[in-house]
Amino acid sequence: MAAYELNGTTYEHDEEGYLTDISQWNPELAELIAKDEKIEMTPEHWEVVNFLREYYEEYQIAPAIRVLVKAMKKKFGKEKGSNKYLYELFPYGPAKQACKIAGLPKPTGCV
Amino acid sequence: MSERDKDMGGESTELSAEDFLDPLEIPELQPGVMEDSKPYEAAPEFQESLGFPGELVPDWKERAIAMIGELRDKYRGFRVYLDACVKCGACTDKCHYFLGTGDPKNMPVARQDLLRKVYRRHYTFAGKYMPWLVGAEDLTEEVLDDWYAYFHQCSQCRRCSVFCPYGIDTAEVSMAAREIMDEIGKGQKYCNEIIGKVHTIGNNLGLQKPALAATLEDLEEDLEDDTGLEIKLPLDQKGAEILLVTPSADFFAEPHIDGLLGYAKVFHAAGASWTISSYASEAANFGMFIGSYENMRKVSLRIRKAAEDLGVKRIIFGECGHAWRVAYSFLNTLAGPFDFLDQRYPIPQHICEYTYDLIQRGVLKFDKSKNDHIRLTFHDSCNIARASRMGDKPGGQFEIPRAILRAVCNHFYDMPEDTIRESTFCCGGGGGLLTDEIMELRKKGAQPRMRALQEVAKEHGVTHMAAICAICKTQFAKVMPEYGFAMDSIVSVHQMVSNAIILEGARDGADDDDEDEE
Repeated sequence: MAAYELNGTTYEHDEEGYLTDISQWNPELAELIAKDEKIEMTPEHWEVVNFLREYYEEYQIAPAIRVLVKAMKKKFGKEKGSNKYLYELFPYGPAKQACKIAGLPKPTGCV
Repeated sequence: MSERDKDMGGESTELSAEDFLDPLEIPELQPGVMEDSKPYEAAPEFQESLGFPGELVPDWKERAIAMIGELRDKYRGFRVYLDACVKCGACTDKCHYFLGTGDPKNMPVARQDLLRKVYRRHYTFAGKYMPWLVGAEDLTEEVLDDWYAYFHQCSQCRRCSVFCPYGIDTAEVSMAAREIMDEIGKGQKYCNEIIGKVHTIGNNLGLQKPALAATLEDLEEDLEDDTGLEIKLPLDQKGAEILLVTPSADFFAEPHIDGLLGYAKVFHAAGASWTISSYASEAANFGMFIGSYENMRKVSLRIRKAAEDLGVKRIIFGECGHAWRVAYSFLNTLAGPFDFLDQRYPIPQHICEYTYDLIQRGVLKFDKSKNDHIRLTFHDSCNIARASRMGDKPGGQFEIPRAILRAVCNHFYDMPEDTIRESTFCCGGGGGLLTDEIMELRKKGAQPRMRALQEVAKEHGVTHMAAICAICKTQFAKVMPEYGFAMDSIVSVHQMVSNAIILEGARDGADDDDEDEE
């Protein structure tokens, strides 16, 4: 199985780059995963990633896009609470790409 | 194309055929161009949880050949489809994946023949003794590779079967091929992982009850913000009259969730008592995609159990294409009889039938101008169009969604006739192919539908396309940008209903703004 390499540690991931063991996640690894996704992590990216991780901790799943948008709006202001904003940060889709960077499993199904 | 040009109205007479790319244009042949397009294989854990071998079994050839015989004996249709083809060629240019890729193995007859040639070798007299005369071939690793690649380039949409003079249904052949591959340990990750989640958690997403409850609460808040009304999305409410079974994408993705809000508003306006079930929080039934009767049955039985446990009288399905095929055509066989439900209503009923009935009876009122920023067309989802029906008249599955859309918006235009209704094109992601590793196939498979959409966009200024299938909605949101449309040009039918519905006591003009959709 393929793996990320960071500071001499290997972190296994699935075919698409999602971590196999989500408890292994750390911020430095997130930067590395983001790089693979051609994303330079900024404080704005971290706001989303951190929110996803908090939500996941409570519910064992990523939030619906709409829930994420609304939470972003509440927490960080109106201009950050839109689909468009999230897609600018994560062009392949906030649900899938941001989840991957946050170390969360990929949302499955017709999504 | 010329037929259509004649039909064009005054405003569009200046457009000629050259302005459009023909959705039905036959591509130049490109043999083998898609032979490497293969979805990820299922890991042993996903295989085994469905009762399949974890990996390719040592005697896979013998088992696969034996299984062709078993399926031939079990399903009469399968046998007829394998025996009846006369290679007339009527199907060759009817598959969206063929039109989009040019790979001749995506011609339906060639796809069927990947399996048929092995069947002939072992189960026909001529094939046993003179295989070279009848195109009979042995099962080899190369053939198995082709099976895996090309039976995962069939979305089981059945467009080819409409044009086959014998009615041969490639979907049945591809389902059988996938069933055989599962049984020899070569299953597909996307479908099998998801079916496992439905068996353990109750939906494709893996959305557990607390998360579902939190999401619904959040949406109730949104509805109240928008309308000033307490519009409920009840969960696990015992004694409710109606159980709504909807794809879990309706709890998660865009524009699906806007459709869910539409159902809620319709139920509210009708004063209905309804509930969602956390145990059967999924309409989709991927058991069909892999041809597994047992898995399809197990998923269906969850719906029955939820209906019994909650004591509901009616079951209504949300906007999900293949779910409606399973519900309309197979549910009673799989999980019936539903003698505990109210027999005065269709069992089960489609949300569009429900809404349409309310419109007919004058219960729902609309302000169509709320959708004036949208010029709309409708994409017939394959499983609804060609494998089910709605209402009590033939063709109801085509007319009812359109009647709803015409009731809620002023600007509705159909795409060219040879690309809609029973001739509709698959979105390119159906049949268990909505997975990212085969994105190239998905984009190419969407081409006929996208060209038809481009045509009405140019002719009539169409800006949006509505659909009643979770797969279609996700697929289009992903591939539309490739064809010059914004990702939110795809909308739910009940999203359009939601925009226009007039609710008594609602704050006026509250949901005018579209900022969240941009």
